[in-house]
Amino acid sequence: MTQTLTLGRLFRLSLLSLGALMFLAPYIFMISTAGKDQSEIFSASLSLIPQHFAYVANFTKALTRVSMQNLLLNGVIVCGLILVLQVVVAVPCAYALAKLKFGAARFMMALVMLGLLVPIHATALPLYVAFDKLSLLNSYTALVAPFSISVFGIFLFLQFFRAMPDDLIHAARLDGMSEAGIVARVIVPNAWPAVTAFAIFSVVAHWNDLFWPLIVVTNQSYATPPLGLLFFRAAEAGDDYGALMAATLIITLPLVIAFLLAQKRFVEGITMTGLKG
Amino acid sequence: MADIALPFSAVDTAGRREARTAWLLASPAILLMLLFIVLPTIAVIVLGFTDFELGYGSFRFVGLENYAELISDRTFRRSLWNTTVYTAIVTPVSIVLGLGIALLIESEPRGRDFFRTVYFLPVASLLVAMATVWQYLFHPGIGPLNTFLALFGIPGPNWLGASSTVIYGLSIIGIWQSVGFNMVLFLAGLTAIPRELYSAAEVDGVKSSIDRFRLVTWPMLGPTTLFVTTISVINSVKVFETVKTLTEGGPNKASEVLLWTIYQEGFIFLRVGYASAMTVVFLAILVVLMVLQYRFLDRRVHYT
Repeated sequence: MTQTLTLGRLFRLSLLSLGALMFLAPYIFMISTAGKDQSEIFSASLSLIPQHFAYVANFTKALTRVSMQNLLLNGVIVCGLILVLQVVVAVPCAYALAKLKFGAARFMMALVMLGLLVPIHATALPLYVAFDKLSLLNSYTALVAPFSISVFGIFLFLQFFRAMPDDLIHAARLDGMSEAGIVARVIVPNAWPAVTAFAIFSVVAHWNDLFWPLIVVTNQSYATPPLGLLFFRAAEAGDDYGALMAATLIITLPLVIAFLLAQKRFVEGITMTGLKG
Repeated sequence: MADIALPFSAVDTAGRREARTAWLLASPAILLMLLFIVLPTIAVIVLGFTDFELGYGSFRFVGLENYAELISDRTFRRSLWNTTVYTAIVTPVSIVLGLGIALLIESEPRGRDFFRTVYFLPVASLLVAMATVWQYLFHPGIGPLNTFLALFGIPGPNWLGASSTVIYGLSIIGIWQSVGFNMVLFLAGLTAIPRELYSAAEVDGVKSSIDRFRLVTWPMLGPTTLFVTTISVINSVKVFETVKTLTEGGPNKASEVLLWTIYQEGFIFLRVGYASAMTVVFLAILVVLMVLQYRFLDRRVHYT
């Protein structure tokens, strides 16, 4: 009995490890290749440790050809603005839908459902035309504005607020708090798990988004990380894999580190947002 | 914000005040939804009936001309077909792998956090960046994958460079990227299954792990599986990043996919009217997928 058990477990563990190795392979080769020089890369050897470490040369290239600091800063600014706006807009709306009686609630729910169905890819054409007419292309406004409303956020917060006890709100009202005060001082602090989950979802989505930035930004100084990497690829003409991998590494690292540091939160957040989306 | 209570009946005033506060709290959201979702959606449908091109001042309504052109547009048909093939590969494989890995992790107490982290890592990584890494892995001459295959005397294909294999190459990247997401959702679904069900099944004589899976796990995972399937299909239909980064629809339109074609027509060739008609088709596909999901969900509720 114990024999078969260990055999079974051994089998499972080796299966998981083999799979893990395959999933990690791109990262391993990324780190390894970022340290190789051109000639070694073109010798097509499978050795993972670079013969003469070219990390400094490759990273210098990556950092000088396209301003990585600028890209990462843009990423932080854009994702930060989007997240703050989304929360500030969605939380009061979700609170009104969950806890207050008003006539438009059903109409609002219909809007939310419609919004859940329509991705940015579907609205991009008219929005692009409008931003073009307003001369707003190549600006933070163009990058952020369409995402200031997150129907998904409203939906998620709504679920969360509905489960909150009404007594909490009644007590606050008896204390003479205004509705805005209730949202700020009672609802938001109690909704922290939902806000964190939503924050992770939102940042991952917009940090990675290429479609919309690609459309509205042609000026490198407004490029977000994915777009900047495309510019870098174009500038490198594709074949300098050492520098490319170094750039890739720099750009992938922030979110990966954030994930590794807060991975429990991450997984919880994705699960929560995923299951309810 | 102290409102002056008018001397109507107290309940009525309170109710009205509540409604007014609600409107006030919801108004930014309503306004932005109209501005950035409802209006553009209507606009895209209307534009689909016009010959609007960016840069030209005037446009006219052409009725169903755009749609008629779509039907005979070989690029668009190719694009629909490629998107279907990509979805038909990525969705089932990433679901089966996601479920398999979740089951393995669930049944193995050792290294649970480690494995979960590793398989989830691609979800948290910048896809455009990792696509670049995959391009290197797939490189026909110097790529590690083909070098590895050559060790066994297998001549590797020109993964992303040949029209016969490009969609498979992209699919591999798509699978690699989405398995972790599915796994996490399945893990959540597995933890939600009450332990008593397994003990009950054992009492009823269910001994083998295959039967346990077939009789308890799989039916209980139903809603999760349905949800994961819908999300996976939708995400596959939306494939864009890897195509833009690696192949730009080529070679020979072999990786022309829906969003890429729309992007190309609308934002490169600036044929906004025609691209809008394509977008409407894209939206219709999403609507059908949603309706299918609800149908399935309904049936589950009624029959089990």
